[in-house]
Amino acid sequence: MTVLLNIDAVTKRFGAVMAVDRLSLDIYENEFFALLGASGSGKTTLLRMLAGFEMPEEGAIRLDGADVARVPPNKRPVNLMFQSYALFPHMTVEGNIAYGLEMERLGRGEIAARVGEIMEKTQLSALAKRKPDQLSGGQKQRVALARALVKRPRLLLLDEPLGALDKKLRAAMQLELKRLQHEVGITFIVVTHDQEEALVMADRIAILKDGRLVQVGSPHEVYEAPASRYAADFIGVTNFVEDGGRVLAIRPERIALFPEAADRKVEGRVVARAYHGLDLMLHVATAMSAQPLIVRVTAAGADRRPVAEGDMVTIGWNDADVRIFTD
Amino acid sequence: MVRLGRAALLLAVLGFLYVPIGVLVALSFNESGLATVWTGFSVRWYGALLANADILAAALNTLVVGLISTLVATVLGTALALGIEARARKGRAVEALIFAPMIIPDIVLAIALLSFFSILKVPMGLHTIILAHVVFNLAFVSAVVRARLKTFDWSVTEASGDLGADGFTTFRRVTLPLILPAVIAGALLAFTLSVDEFIIAFFTAGAGRSSTTLPMQIFAMIRFGVTPEINALAALVMAVSVTAVTLAQRLNRGVIAP
Amino acid sequence: MLSQSLRARLLMAPALLWLTAFMVVPCLLILALGFFRRGIYGGVDYTFTFENFRLLADPLYLGIFLHSARVAGTATLIAVVVGYAAAYAIAGAPRRWQGMLLFLAVLPFWSNYLIRTYAWIVLLNREGLITQGLRMLGYEGEPPSMLYTEGAVIVGLVYNYLPFVILACYAPLSRLNPELAEASRDLGAGAFTTFRRVVLPQTLAGVAAGAVFVFVLSIGNFITPALLGGGKFQMVGNLVYAQFLTANDWPFGAALSMVLIAIMMVLLMAQAWGTAKGMGERNG
Ligand SMILES: Nc1ncnc2c1ncn2[C@@H]1O[C@H](COP(=O)(O)OP(=O)(O)O)[C@@H](O)[C@H]1O
Ligand SMILES: [Mg+2]
Repeated sequence: MTVLLNIDAVTKRFGAVMAVDRLSLDIYENEFFALLGASGSGKTTLLRMLAGFEMPEEGAIRLDGADVARVPPNKRPVNLMFQSYALFPHMTVEGNIAYGLEMERLGRGEIAARVGEIMEKTQLSALAKRKPDQLSGGQKQRVALARALVKRPRLLLLDEPLGALDKKLRAAMQLELKRLQHEVGITFIVVTHDQEEALVMADRIAILKDGRLVQVGSPHEVYEAPASRYAADFIGVTNFVEDGGRVLAIRPERIALFPEAADRKVEGRVVARAYHGLDLMLHVATAMSAQPLIVRVTAAGADRRPVAEGDMVTIGWNDADVRIFTD
Repeated sequence: MVRLGRAALLLAVLGFLYVPIGVLVALSFNESGLATVWTGFSVRWYGALLANADILAAALNTLVVGLISTLVATVLGTALALGIEARARKGRAVEALIFAPMIIPDIVLAIALLSFFSILKVPMGLHTIILAHVVFNLAFVSAVVRARLKTFDWSVTEASGDLGADGFTTFRRVTLPLILPAVIAGALLAFTLSVDEFIIAFFTAGAGRSSTTLPMQIFAMIRFGVTPEINALAALVMAVSVTAVTLAQRLNRGVIAP
Repeated sequence: MLSQSLRARLLMAPALLWLTAFMVVPCLLILALGFFRRGIYGGVDYTFTFENFRLLADPLYLGIFLHSARVAGTATLIAVVVGYAAAYAIAGAPRRWQGMLLFLAVLPFWSNYLIRTYAWIVLLNREGLITQGLRMLGYEGEPPSMLYTEGAVIVGLVYNYLPFVILACYAPLSRLNPELAEASRDLGAGAFTTFRRVVLPQTLAGVAAGAVFVFVLSIGNFITPALLGGGKFQMVGNLVYAQFLTANDWPFGAALSMVLIAIMMVLLMAQAWGTAKGMGERNG
């Protein structure tokens, strides 16, 4: 795997706010990379530095080995898909997509061919003559994507690309984005605050907090082996149990209800049930922790042995499924 | 009941505003030229205007002053608006400086400029009127353009840069087309202001008759009383203002009324 | 690449320089001029003096000041009452009409001031339309003298500035949350009490600012008194005009115009102070 982008101890402040704090990260060729973090963690700022809209105060940004930190946005082989899409309201869909190629002074024929091709790929051909205000949210999103992709950048940055879409459309577009990325063979860095989205789409995930990296790894790694209590809490649902100076973390799906064999067993009372369709979350108050433990029971399991609020239950888990943090 | 009262009040106020102007326009088409008797519809008084060399010369002067001062003010005012809105911090001194031309009584600016030009021994004429008119015209243009920029989504200019455009190309292909309705509306208002402006022109025109503008000509004529030519001239000048202002409002809703 | 801030400054520079050269400097100049002596042949004698300001207190000029303040005050009062009522009526009209109505009300303000004033000469002169109308109704006596009266000047001022007042009053009225008035009615207040206790206090600031401008523009006017007052009624504006174009006493004219600016500043500050105080009372 070759390194495409090397972010080397980059720092950016806004007044007293450390938006990005000595952050270092390598992104590989053809990777689908997700930057995940709560609102205000510095995701947009990092992306804007990669695109050239903000200049880092310290550190280097190397693209194919050359430092581009001071190269203006219009001279970088990097494109950004804006959080607000930033479509040109006075141009048609076609005009928006062709704009970037016109800036490269390509011939008319080539521009038309490439615009046609990308509109085909993103299912926009029928909308070519429309203006942005005649498009739905999902269509606008595709135009913004096509406009950036058609430039065939070395690196495509996407700032919350699906943030403005409703839940169903998002799920479909997550797979669609992944398919497109495969097809065009361009490296993607996607910013999101939605952990599920990151897990579904990305080859690798970086978790950001206060402008610093918390953890970088594959979706499986960050979910199953969170590096810190913050990471465990941020991705998925985790039960935390104070144990002396340590904190035990265990996922709800790793706790069994009425286990036959388990390393640890506890008695508790069901204080709440939350039904999610596919599964049922039981909140079980035990003597182990102040917070009730959350236990995930599949719909099938719940049907086999129904439990009601107020019932006393036995729950248990294996030591191998527990992560221990000392922070 | 309340609604009826409101309608009646509005009708009365609009009547008060429009009847005097309407009467003037109607009289300009009266064959006899008198207010006393209506002898039939005629455009002869408009014809008489065309034969009046003084009026034609004044109209030409007004056109020159209006066009040049509007052009200069539109460029300067638009650049000013773009500069102010691009800055994160707004300077209070700058705000005051831009607001001042709109609130200083015309007579004060007029005598200030007269004193200024005389003390500097600048010969006065159409060019000094133009210099003066740019002052309030640019304030109006920048106000109109700034109002547009307040709702401007700057991310589109960043997107343009991201797609490979330099600063000038971004301005030409993205920023300007998007603010153009406001720029033109501002220019139309500036032109109207300049064409109608009397006091400052009167003080900064210098002594010669060669720099008489239309409002100065009208002022001179009015002092001799009511004549059918003034009625026709007034109706024409009104028509120019009303057209320009209506156009401005259509291009950029909210520029003079919501 | 130019930095963002430098580019912004470069864009602003030409306009700001223009305003400085052709507004700030000339205004500072007349500020200075007010403290010099009138030259023997009408020019300026550059010796420092307070004479011009002492002259302002002269009964002759003081009389003109008070008289034009009364005329301007009357015109402002009428314009504000009528304008507020009209703006209130517009703000109460169906939403889709409001823009059109306000546009119609404001449009005359954007047309030639001289012509709008002239229109009243057409109506008010001895053989004008009003006299004709009276004759038609059977009136046989001498034509009433309406032109060249103080009344004519006041009507002219009201006519010219009414659109501006309507606009100034409409802005705060349209921003008013209609639910506030409804809440007041819901709490048991009548229509008039609601207007007096809820609507008026929240819109007064805008109205007052509008009134200040109308008053200053009126007191500094010289066109309307000259055309509709026939030169018999002097306003401060006419005095300034005369100092520069007939009496050739520029320093005194400069002092007079400074008085105009001072009146405007004082009234605007009083308005701002009154607004701030009103706010405090309402909050406290
Ligand atoms: N232009 C700016 N000026 C001042 N502060 C900013 C600016 N942009 C971002 N910030 C601050 O930097 C921090 C990171 O912001 P951002 O990168 O937008 O986070 P995210 O995209 O993860 O929500 C926040 O505290 C934000 O308030
Ligand atoms: Mg963001």
